[in-house]
Amino acid sequence: MSKIKMTAKVASQEMIGPDIYSLWIQAGEIAKQARAGQFVSVYTKDASKLLPRPISICEIDREAGALRLVYRIAGGGTKEFAGYRAGDTVTVLGPLGNGFPEISADRQAFLIGGGIGIPPMLELAKELNCEKTAVLGYRDAQLFLKEEFESYAKVVVATEDGSVGTKGNVLDAIREQGLIADMTQHLKLPAGEAVKQKSAAPVILACGPTPMLRALKAFAAEHRIECWLSLEERMACGVGACLACVCQTSQVDAHSNVHNKRICKDGPVFEAGEVEL
Amino acid sequence: MIDTRVTIAGVELKNPVMTASGTFGSGKEYSEFVDLSRLGAVVTKGVANVPWPGNPTPRVAEVYGGMLNAIGLQNPGVDVFARRDIPFLKKYDTKIVVNVCGRTAEDYIDVVERLGDEPVDLLEINISCPNVKEGGIAFGQDPKAVETITRQVKDHAKQPIIMKLSPNVTDITVMAKAAEAGGADAISLINTLTGMKIDIHKRTFALANKTGGMSGPAIKPIAVRMVYQAANAVKLPIIGMGGIAAAEDAIEFLLAGATAVSVGTANFFNPYATVEIVEGIENYMKKYGIADVKELIGAVR
Repeated sequence: MSKIKMTAKVASQEMIGPDIYSLWIQAGEIAKQARAGQFVSVYTKDASKLLPRPISICEIDREAGALRLVYRIAGGGTKEFAGYRAGDTVTVLGPLGNGFPEISADRQAFLIGGGIGIPPMLELAKELNCEKTAVLGYRDAQLFLKEEFESYAKVVVATEDGSVGTKGNVLDAIREQGLIADMTQHLKLPAGEAVKQKSAAPVILACGPTPMLRALKAFAAEHRIECWLSLEERMACGVGACLACVCQTSQVDAHSNVHNKRICKDGPVFEAGEVEL
Repeated sequence: MIDTRVTIAGVELKNPVMTASGTFGSGKEYSEFVDLSRLGAVVTKGVANVPWPGNPTPRVAEVYGGMLNAIGLQNPGVDVFARRDIPFLKKYDTKIVVNVCGRTAEDYIDVVERLGDEPVDLLEINISCPNVKEGGIAFGQDPKAVETITRQVKDHAKQPIIMKLSPNVTDITVMAKAAEAGGADAISLINTLTGMKIDIHKRTFALANKTGGMSGPAIKPIAVRMVYQAANAVKLPIIGMGGIAAAEDAIEFLLAGATAVSVGTANFFNPYATVEIVEGIENYMKKYGIADVKELIGAVR
C-alpha cells in the first residue's frame, strides 16, 4: 500500500446536518486502496493555512473511484471545503492510518458513533457481513446519515436533548434499549462453551469524542467485550514523522520506545486495552 | 555541468539541501515520498541518552502562515536510535546528521560519546529547543553557557559539531561568536521562535504546553536576517533554516550567507518539498548560468 498525494475532482457536495457536509471526490488511486477507518489529509487552497486537515473516510466507491468525506465545519479550513462545488478540485493525501480490523462473519458487531465520529462507521457498516447494530449518538433531532445506516444495520439512537431515541449518550442508549443482554451473552455460557464460541462473541467498534471512547473502554473491560476505538488528535504531518498526534499506551511502544503511539500512523484505530484515554 | 556540492566541516554534501530536525523523523516516513539519496543530508529528530516521552497533547497548532509545536523532544533514546535508525539511513547515499538533545552537559556528552563509533557524519547539538524546561534553550540564551557547552561537547565528540542556535535572543551574533569561541565546527539557525495561541472559544491555550515553537513560511524573513547577521559575524559555515518551502527560499538563505539549508515544516504540507527544492536550485543555476552553487553563498552583502 502506498500513500498518494493527488488533485481530486469534487463530484458533489451537500449539507446534511448543522455545519455538517458530505463531499464526494473522485480520487481513484486512493479509493482503490482505502479501507474503512482510514483517513485522508485534505489541503486548503488558502496558503496561510499550512497544515492539511485529517478527515475520516465515510464511504468508498471503489468502482467509481470515489471517496465520501463527511465533516463538520470546525474552522477556516473546513469552511473553505464546505464551499467546494462539483467540478472544483481539492488536493488530498491518502489513504492514511490503519483501518478497522477484519471481523469474521459469525461475530456480532456493535458500531458506535458519536457526533462527527459517526461518518467513519458507515463504510464499516457497509463492509461487515456479520450481524451488526449501529448505536448513533447525536446532539438533537438532526440525524445525519441515520437512514443510510438503516440499509446495513439495526440502528439505535441517542440524542443529548432527548428529541429522538434515548435521552443521553450512546452508553445510555445501550443500557436503555436492551443491548447489554446481546453484548454479554458470551459471558453466560459455561467457561468451555465460551471459549468454543469465541468467534461468535460481540465486538465493539467505535469513533467519537474522547469521553465517549473512555466510557466505552471501561464498559467493554467490565463486560469483557473486544473493543476497537478510533482516536482523534491535532495532527501536523499525518504520516508518522512529527510525533504531534500521540496517544498514551499501556505498554512501551516498539517504535517510540516510550508509552506513546502515533495516532496517524499506528492508529487511528486501536484495541481499547492498548491505549490510555 | 553544474556543481551543487558544498562542504560543511570537511564533510562534502552532494547538494546544500538537508532536512530540519524534528520534521523528518529519521527519514523512514518520508522515504515513501522522496528518494533520500537525492538529499545533501538527513538531519534526524533530536535524540537523547535515554527515551523521552515528550509533552502532553495537543502538541501542535496552526497559526497564520505557520504553526506552533511543543512536541517536547519525544525520542526513543540513543540505543534504539543507533540500532534501528542509523542502519536504515545507511542504505541511502546521503550524509547522516544526528541532532542531539539533553538536559545537562553530561546528557549531551553521553550521546555524542555513544555515537562516536557510529557511521554518523555530523552532530547537530540542540541548545535551543523552547519546549523543554531543562536543557535545550537553557543553554542557548546565555553566551557563556553556549561557549561552555560547545567546548564540553567538542571535547568528547568524534564527529564535527554543529551548534543549533535559538532565535529567541537579543543579538544572534553574540551567540554565533560564543559557539565559534567554544570550538564549534558549524552553526545552524534558526530554531523555532517561542509563540502562543489562545483558543477564544474554549478560553484555553491551544497547546497543552501553553507556549510552542513557531515555524513555517511566516518566520522566513526573521531567519534570513539572522543568517545574514551571523554570516557576517563568524567564519563558521552556516546551515540556514526557517520557513523554507521552495527553492527560491533556499536560494535566499544561500545568498544571505548559508552554506547549506534545512527544510522543515514544508515537509508537513508538501512531502515532496526537499527534492523539489534540490531540483529548483539546479534550475535556478542553469537559468542564471551559475556553474558552482558555492558562488551563491553570501553573494549578497
